[in-house]
Amino acid sequence: MKKKNYSSLLWPLITLAAILVFNLIFTKGFFNIEIKNGHLFGSIIDIIKRAVPVMIIAIGMTMVIATKGIDISVGSIIAISGAIAAIIILNTGLSLFFVIFLSLAVAFLFGAFNGLLISYIGIQPVVATLILMVAGRGVAQLITNGYVLYIDHKAFEYLGIGFFLGIPFSIIITLIVYIITYAVTRTTAIGLLIQAVGGNPRASYYTGINVKSIKFFVYAFSGLCAGISGLIISSDIKGADPSFAGLWVELDAILAVVIGGTPFTGGKYYLFGSIIGSLIIQSLTTTILTRGVPVQYTLVVKAIVVFIVIIFQSAEFRQKVLRGLKRKIQ
Amino acid sequence: MITANPILAINRLCKDFPGVKALDNVDFFLRKGEIHALMGENGAGKSVLVKVLTGVYKRDKGKIYFEGKPFYVHSPKEAQECGISTVYQEINLVPNLSVAENIYLNRQPQIRGFIDWKATNKKAEKVLERLDLKLDVKQPLGSFSIAIQQMVAIGRALDLDAKVLILDEPTSSLNVKEVQQLFTIMRKLKSLGHSIIFITHFIDQVYEISDRITVLRNGMLVGEFLTDSIDRVELIAKLMGKKLAEFSSEQAEIEQGDENKQGIPFLEVQGLGKKGLIEPFDLRMYKREVLGLAGLLGSGRTEIANLIFGIDRADKGQILLNGKSVNISNPHDSLKFGFGLCPEDRKSEGIIEDLSIRENIILSLQVKKGCFKYIKRKIQEKLVSKYIDMLKIKTPDMEQAIKNLSGGNQQKVIVARWLASNPGLLIMDEPTRGIDVGAKAEIQKLILELSQKGMAILFISSELEEVIRCSQKVVVVRDKAKIAELTGTQINEHTIMNKIAVV
Repeated sequence: MKKKNYSSLLWPLITLAAILVFNLIFTKGFFNIEIKNGHLFGSIIDIIKRAVPVMIIAIGMTMVIATKGIDISVGSIIAISGAIAAIIILNTGLSLFFVIFLSLAVAFLFGAFNGLLISYIGIQPVVATLILMVAGRGVAQLITNGYVLYIDHKAFEYLGIGFFLGIPFSIIITLIVYIITYAVTRTTAIGLLIQAVGGNPRASYYTGINVKSIKFFVYAFSGLCAGISGLIISSDIKGADPSFAGLWVELDAILAVVIGGTPFTGGKYYLFGSIIGSLIIQSLTTTILTRGVPVQYTLVVKAIVVFIVIIFQSAEFRQKVLRGLKRKIQ
Repeated sequence: MITANPILAINRLCKDFPGVKALDNVDFFLRKGEIHALMGENGAGKSVLVKVLTGVYKRDKGKIYFEGKPFYVHSPKEAQECGISTVYQEINLVPNLSVAENIYLNRQPQIRGFIDWKATNKKAEKVLERLDLKLDVKQPLGSFSIAIQQMVAIGRALDLDAKVLILDEPTSSLNVKEVQQLFTIMRKLKSLGHSIIFITHFIDQVYEISDRITVLRNGMLVGEFLTDSIDRVELIAKLMGKKLAEFSSEQAEIEQGDENKQGIPFLEVQGLGKKGLIEPFDLRMYKREVLGLAGLLGSGRTEIANLIFGIDRADKGQILLNGKSVNISNPHDSLKFGFGLCPEDRKSEGIIEDLSIRENIILSLQVKKGCFKYIKRKIQEKLVSKYIDMLKIKTPDMEQAIKNLSGGNQQKVIVARWLASNPGLLIMDEPTRGIDVGAKAEIQKLILELSQKGMAILFISSELEEVIRCSQKVVVVRDKAKIAELTGTQINEHTIMNKIAVV
């Protein structure tokens, strides 16, 4: 089991290392980390910090994909949780604790709604979460009345731009979410049951596993992760943007999970791989930007690199290439 | 055996799959204008024969002659073009297209590159008329019953000029009336000179419609018989691989259970049933007892197991556990009540391919304990190695993915999974199917040992010897209903086969 984990993490790690080495050679001062006012700054820190929303979402998405599902509504849930937080801060005097609690509760409920549609009503995951993907932005716009709301709340800002022991607080939140998720799935049997359900739902049902509640749980959890991500984003931009907060982030998150080695066919998942995947995407984006590639090329360059990474992840492709090379040598 | 002008002659056909001889020198002859039943239990080679014939699989050895000429095709489409069409149980037509579209899919009449709908519909009506079928051919196929859909599939085959029609278990999802409809059409086709290969496991239907019967068993030809000259018991004996003479002489050597067990049974099933699945049935099971379920494939054995275990929800009757009524609506409930089920289809219902042997084994126990009480890794390993030793599971280590094991070893892992959950009742649905002789014997031995230790076991098997050897009580099922319960000396092949055969 342990051995297997390492080998599936090998390719994502090589990719990340390659991008970093590229920067080491071509980007001056890429690895410099400075301490200003007791806070860490530098390109590396910046990449990790920018990857935070995708990393947190990818954690939830990993669980969903492990059950052979998908959740494309996370971007909309980000917008909703940000809007809820903004509206509470602007209209009530509730403490930060309640702001966070209520926003996350709403995000969790929206995730649970996805879970309900998928596991108990039996709608296809793509279709069910597509509903919320479209409707969710509308809901967020309704909450803010269509406006971009500006939040001026020092404590709330700490989530996105604060530092704790010199480290950006959002990175610490990510770490906490990761550790809790890892601990809960690996010290209880939940991780095993998720893999079983993703691997063979029918056999899992025959084994006595409550397949429906496992599926329900992963979507609710994915909603919660999106909520956390939404709070960090709106704290970071000091506002709630119902139309553009978290737009298309679901695609980056899905990509991160896949790059990280979790197969779409379900049954296996690599939580750490998803974190690496998110970092690959962000470091790629940052690299392209700092290399001065004209803006209009960025998406295409990103797509090409991702494409190469993904086909090299396929064991079959690697075998084919190897076989082809051997034949040429002969 | 070759009588006048067989339209299709198969000579000494062989097909090997890794580890199995799926077809071993099989002969088969189909005459013009006959309905020929092809029979055999699981793994007999019926479907392999059809697949080799229609070009899905490549043959290893042997010759096929169609209308006197050597016949070799590479795909079902090619076979269809030559005049051999197959209608599968799972109809492979498109339900949301119209009946006419389905009949003429990919070959609609055209006018200058556009589909001529009028001609399509008219021709479709004509084709169905030949089957005495009047339908609105513009309606989507899915709006008709399975029976009608099957007939449309037959119609399509007819229009493709099929001389040989292969019907692969066409009646398994039809009701009595629909079966008759289908038979009417089959007779009509026969009178028009088409030849039909009818694959089924329903004895009654074979006697009603077929002219000849070919029986296969374990990839080998048992024989070809005229339907009128073989009686039911003899046919069943052939299907089960017995010689008729053996019945009377062979005595079951079983340990007698207490015939008059007193007191409250461990498990009592009262009138449990589900419409369309199985007629209401009663069962009484005591601890330390093996109850055998005998019957042919498709008779309702698995349905009984699934209903008790909660895979399917009963719409009638109740289950009493130690005299108290229990409500079982899914396998999770039955697990909590201490039931276990080794399912019939090991691959799709049993193993979870990507998980390791260890994970596969602890799964049910883990679910029983609840997912927050994760069994400590050390305890898991101890438990798993205990069962690996006990069941002699052959594997280098317990972290191997289960998909790397052989069928027999996979089966043992599933058995281990349920033993680990320490069930009071263990239902074993064909636990010995598709595994080698040695493993079979081990599983039979295990069943006896477990029952002696106090477990109640419901044992389902297609192999009669096994059921007789292991069970203290045998329930016979036929045509989706329980028809007899045998105990003591009644448990012998002769009695059981007679029960299965008698109308």
